[in-house]
Amino acid sequence: MAPMNEPNRMKAAPIAEAAPAPRPAPAVPASTTPAAPAAEVETRGAAILIESLLREGVSTIFGYPGGAILHVYDELARARDRITHVLVRHEQGAVHAAEGYARSTGQVGVVLVTSGPGATNCVTGLTNALMDSTPIVCITGQVPTHLIGNDAFQEADVVGITRPCTKYNYLVKDVRDLARVVKEAFFLARTGRPGPVVIDLPKDVTAAKTRFVYPETVSLPSYRAAGRGDPRLVRRAVGMMVAAERPVLYVGGGIVNAGAAAELLELSERLNLPVTPTLMGLGGFPSAHPLCLGMLGMHGTYAANMGVTHADLLIALGSRFDDRVTGRLKDFAPDAQVIHVDVDPSSINKNRAVEVGIVGDARLVLRQMLDCLDREVRLEGPPPRVTWWGTLRAWAAQHPYRYRRRRGVIMPQAVIEELHRLTRGEAIVTADVGQHQMWVAQYYGFKRPRQWLNSGGLGTMGYGFPAAIGAAKAHPDRTVVCVTGDGSFQMCIQEMATAVQEKVNVKVVVINNNYLGMVRQWQELFYSRTYSEVGLEWLPDFVRLAEAYHATGLRASKPEELRPVLEKGLSAPGLVVMDMIVSQEESVYPMVPAGASLREMVLDPPDDPSEEPEPRDLA
Amino acid sequence: MSGSGGGRHILSILVENRFGELCRVVGLFSGRGYNIDSLCVAPTADPAFSRIILTTGGSDAIMEQILKQVGKLVRVLEVVDLNEVQHVEREMVLLIVSTRTPAERQEVLNLAGVFRAKVIDISTDAITVETTGSQEKVDALLGLLSPLGIRDLVRTGPVAIPRIGAAREAPGAAASLVVPEAESAV
Repeated sequence: MAPMNEPNRMKAAPIAEAAPAPRPAPAVPASTTPAAPAAEVETRGAAILIESLLREGVSTIFGYPGGAILHVYDELARARDRITHVLVRHEQGAVHAAEGYARSTGQVGVVLVTSGPGATNCVTGLTNALMDSTPIVCITGQVPTHLIGNDAFQEADVVGITRPCTKYNYLVKDVRDLARVVKEAFFLARTGRPGPVVIDLPKDVTAAKTRFVYPETVSLPSYRAAGRGDPRLVRRAVGMMVAAERPVLYVGGGIVNAGAAAELLELSERLNLPVTPTLMGLGGFPSAHPLCLGMLGMHGTYAANMGVTHADLLIALGSRFDDRVTGRLKDFAPDAQVIHVDVDPSSINKNRAVEVGIVGDARLVLRQMLDCLDREVRLEGPPPRVTWWGTLRAWAAQHPYRYRRRRGVIMPQAVIEELHRLTRGEAIVTADVGQHQMWVAQYYGFKRPRQWLNSGGLGTMGYGFPAAIGAAKAHPDRTVVCVTGDGSFQMCIQEMATAVQEKVNVKVVVINNNYLGMVRQWQELFYSRTYSEVGLEWLPDFVRLAEAYHATGLRASKPEELRPVLEKGLSAPGLVVMDMIVSQEESVYPMVPAGASLREMVLDPPDDPSEEPEPRDLA
Repeated sequence: MSGSGGGRHILSILVENRFGELCRVVGLFSGRGYNIDSLCVAPTADPAFSRIILTTGGSDAIMEQILKQVGKLVRVLEVVDLNEVQHVEREMVLLIVSTRTPAERQEVLNLAGVFRAKVIDISTDAITVETTGSQEKVDALLGLLSPLGIRDLVRTGPVAIPRIGAAREAPGAAASLVVPEAESAV
């Protein structure tokens, strides 16, 4: 295909960037800085990149230098007063940290790495960001254009490798395209369904010079980010919500991404609608609110899962009928009509055929629904739905989340409950992947959006700790807690050096059961306790390891030590690693076995008092 | 190359003519387990755009997903399932048929005449025939020539274009892809 022809017709108006960049332009006028892009002066690509990032409001970059990206790092050194660079210890950590920064703020997270291995190490993070709809711009160095395709040192086909794991990607072959590409990349990353965008930047392009002009608008004639929903469908949806006898709102990460929590709260209260958030939707609706049924799905509450199973109307907002939510699809909400609001048209009718599919931004569509209620419906008050609420309340009372305490051992759930108490439910909490992730989801009790950062779609062990570093960079005044497992923590444990160097206040709580706990749980339940490669027999001493990294290490191995260790750890400055030696073979309940229907959920573990092994000697 | 099930669909995809965009479309099919039976790509009258005509198959639900996923690609301007639109369709085939005897040669020439196929190369023991038409016509000609021995065969796969005036009032899949009110999400 021919290279880079600018389209100049077809489809009506190009999308103009509606709002200015989320942060004000840099205080220092660009023309007075040494790297000065004055009108007649030509600027080298590396400087154009940095200036463009500043125009996008970027203040923090997560990265790792290398040969192909050296010009950019050279330029970065000159911009130190305007842009902070966080030096990670592995590029995967850079992407996860940028994700933590992005998800906790709603702004685009920025990654800067070199070519070859620098870029390929980003693939897990990019895929993670794509699955969880997190806005990332990842700039990868590339070998000079004349060497591309020559198997040059540290060359990799990065646009090829990242094509399926990004929302879009670019190879910049001409420095004159660079400013436009950066502008487009940020626009694509943050609009519509957010996602990661890669800019592959050959070294000679960063050295080449041109006149720097940052475009005011973006022209992408083929790209449409959904805005408001079809008003006729909105009206129909509102009618169905008013009339339903057994409605449930099933809300996902889209509520958080769209900043729609306030509108969601208003709609649910005005229509007396029960709400169940997904794993990604936690915090999008306050979990202590009387209308909240708790999370649904594989490890969701009985009330939420029975609620959707018996609902006559399911309203899915920014959620995508993931298999961990639905269980066996044909038995999911079998009696319900479905209204589905999503910014991504391909999410609608993908897993579940719906009665009303509204393509739109969740906040704008909720606003339309509220307007429709005001103007057209004019209810006297919220529909009481007495019978339905009676049933839901009974389900919730019969089977709340619960666990059995064992004498002399710390229960992992108790760690999360205590953490909630000590942080008053206000901390930013990140998690890795596995049992501890589910216990946080079940027991922390999130109050507001962007408080909960986890890897929901891809299930990436190693996400939580760097994500906490990213969140702490964005929120230096808040408590940021990473709850992790003894397996997950070791997947990005090298970032302890980053955390200490950056002096971030990250408190790591290791739920240490000496197992890859979730895999062990599945082997216990579905492979008749054949434990295959799940015992982490040679764990490091996390306390001494923390100390080796110049951080604080603490340990609790008895229930009476739990609270003092948490109190001490949370109040100590900088990076603190709290090694919580917990009940070894505790499992996550309730649980819907994979492929079963939600109504087949198993509420409690089978009785087996002989189970608990002695607490181990960790010396 | 086959086994799609659920009937053949011809998709017409208008994409910006840029480095790597075809790869993105094709990669989407392989990445999501959809099948491509044939594929034709060339620039449109405006060289800034390319038209991809591909044939694929699947249930209604799969077709809906394919259309939505392709429509979502950043540089795709338009995707139309031509099964939903009145259209005309052609495929071109070049084939070399063995003609060991003058009688066989005459037989090929006769058949070519009936099918309005062109002879574009000839030697003592073979004829190269070019034919254009619907897939049915092409298949029929191939059926008649194959007893003689087809030495080589190249098919373009179908290309298709909506009937004049048909695209505009096309119902169904194409229309349902229009996002109601396009604007930049806040």
